[in-house]
Amino acid sequence: MSEPTEDRPAVDEFGEPDRPAAAGTVTNLVTAAVVLALGAAALAGALSLGVGEPASPGAGTWPMLIGGALIALGVVLALRARRTTDAERFNRSGLLVLIAVASMVGYVAVIGSIGFEIPTALLAFVWLRFLGRERLLTSIIGGLAMVAAFYLLFIGALNVSIPHLF
Amino acid sequence: MGDLSPVLDGFSVVVEPTNLLYCLIGVVIGMLIGVLPGLGPAATIAILLPLTFGLEPVTSIIMLAGIFYGAQYGGTITSVLLRLPGEASSVVTVFDGHALARQGKAGTALGIAAIGSFVGGTLSILALTLVAPFIAGFALDFGPPEYTALALLGILLVSTISSGSKVKALTAAGIGLLLATVGRDGFTGAERFTFDNLSLADGLDFVPIAMGLFGLGEILHSLEERHRAEKAPAPVANVWPSREDLRKSSGAIGRGSALGFVLGVLPGGGAVLSSLAAYALEKRRSRNPERFGRGAIEGVAAPESANNAAATSSFIPLLSLGIPANATMAVIFGALLIQGVTPGPQLVTEQPELFWGVVNSMYIGNVLLLIMSIPLVGLFVRILRVRAAILAPITVLITLVGAYTVNNSVFDIVLVIVFGVLGYLMKKLGFDPGPLVLAFVLGSLLESSLRRSLLLFDGDPTGFVTRPISGTLLALFLAVALLPALQAWRKRRRKERERVEEAV
Repeated sequence: MSEPTEDRPAVDEFGEPDRPAAAGTVTNLVTAAVVLALGAAALAGALSLGVGEPASPGAGTWPMLIGGALIALGVVLALRARRTTDAERFNRSGLLVLIAVASMVGYVAVIGSIGFEIPTALLAFVWLRFLGRERLLTSIIGGLAMVAAFYLLFIGALNVSIPHLF
Repeated sequence: MGDLSPVLDGFSVVVEPTNLLYCLIGVVIGMLIGVLPGLGPAATIAILLPLTFGLEPVTSIIMLAGIFYGAQYGGTITSVLLRLPGEASSVVTVFDGHALARQGKAGTALGIAAIGSFVGGTLSILALTLVAPFIAGFALDFGPPEYTALALLGILLVSTISSGSKVKALTAAGIGLLLATVGRDGFTGAERFTFDNLSLADGLDFVPIAMGLFGLGEILHSLEERHRAEKAPAPVANVWPSREDLRKSSGAIGRGSALGFVLGVLPGGGAVLSSLAAYALEKRRSRNPERFGRGAIEGVAAPESANNAAATSSFIPLLSLGIPANATMAVIFGALLIQGVTPGPQLVTEQPELFWGVVNSMYIGNVLLLIMSIPLVGLFVRILRVRAAILAPITVLITLVGAYTVNNSVFDIVLVIVFGVLGYLMKKLGFDPGPLVLAFVLGSLLESSLRRSLLLFDGDPTGFVTRPISGTLLALFLAVALLPALQAWRKRRRKERERVEEAV
């Protein structure tokens, strides 16, 4: 019986030849540091909540245990940082993700005040044109079509109370 | 079992037109996402959770279950035709399935896979019908210590069996447990990690976390690697397998089904592991193993039967113990909680129509899937031509709008985006988000069981060990936790000894 991980390269071999390069030691150390910091924060929070006694556990008992475990795991991650190969390197295509996240943040920021129609059209356009590299006309028509479809589905059919203009 | 009438009553639930309709919707969606590489069943179910709120509990779970096992059928199609597994559980089908397709026998491969999936799924439902009520009856006596041990074991198994680094999987599980503590403490009423934010006072909601980590995280991650050359699918001719092919693969289908059923019950086992194990078993049993990888029909039949049997049997721990066995089950667990149903050993006796309705709907679902995957396979092949660039914004918008509709709150959309970014970063850095979601779902059960147990034992932790069931479970827990370390140590020692011998 084999581990699931063993078969990954076999598929990559013919499925995904361009697997991103592995991340460097710095990325791995930062990851470990974030886990450590999270564990430490949980531990500090737990102590301020009061950890109680084994016979009468307090609100902080359980978070304290988790915080301790995360700190231990963070240390192991840090010790293995040099040998870790399963993290992907961040490269320029990460910019696409930044654009995507920015478009969604913009969406949330305005949906409460101007309704969902305009942000939906804009988000669909950005994703089609800049992230999907569709043609300009396809992107415009696609964005408008999606707004129409969402309007019919969520407002017309499902009668959802999402903020809307019309 | 004794009384069969609740089982039969379950069928009357299934044949209600609404339930039949949602069963059909579920398996069609499952087939579709199985065919489309990218979104997995856990992500799809998470994204569609908001749509299930208006439904009856049994209807919504019938649909969500259909998505899960439907995806196992659909994932095969891309494996065979494009050499791209639509689902992780169809990865091994690629080897022989695509080899058959290149020999012009794509139809045979798809036909055998569909029949194997059907047999595996159906046998597994039958076994589930017998086994689940038995386990549930056994588990009715479980107290807080047993649940503590069971939840710990479940989280550990999922973390150690999941693909990738075990330390990272455990870290993800730890973060999930920590997230579950946010909100008001049920015992003391103290506010924990809420940072005086009113939206956090009632704790984090499961839906935005699952939607963000699975749904949005996967979409963001796939944005980076979209630039893959498009391939033309191999043509599909006759889908009906010959009698000769059926005869050759019947043994493989039987063995795959049995293996899949057993592995599916284990937490963390599930569809992926069982398809790999079934393939390995067939290759080992075969008199001429060199045929494998060059178009052996057993190499398609066994894993496809196994992954469907496992997908079905992984419902057993959820429906009989209330412990989800894998990430998708964790999402279905969340869906049940949202519907006001707490999965656990009492489910089969207190909500028989839900339990048997869902179980029996799987027979219908499998028949529907068999129909769709043999005569209608051409239709689904055509869907492969829809570009990912067009699907991505649709999925994102459904996710964002769907997240809002759960509580009519913009804060939930913010949460989805936050967890979407987290899910992207986790995938990027080699952390599987599955254990996080599972641990989050089990977090409050684990904490309250632990604290109740400690109160019960008057603070003496040896109480866990002296109770027979919780003691056994904890021994298993230790075995699972320590075994890999022991193996690594022995391997290292053997290597060192070899080095010493070489030096001599």
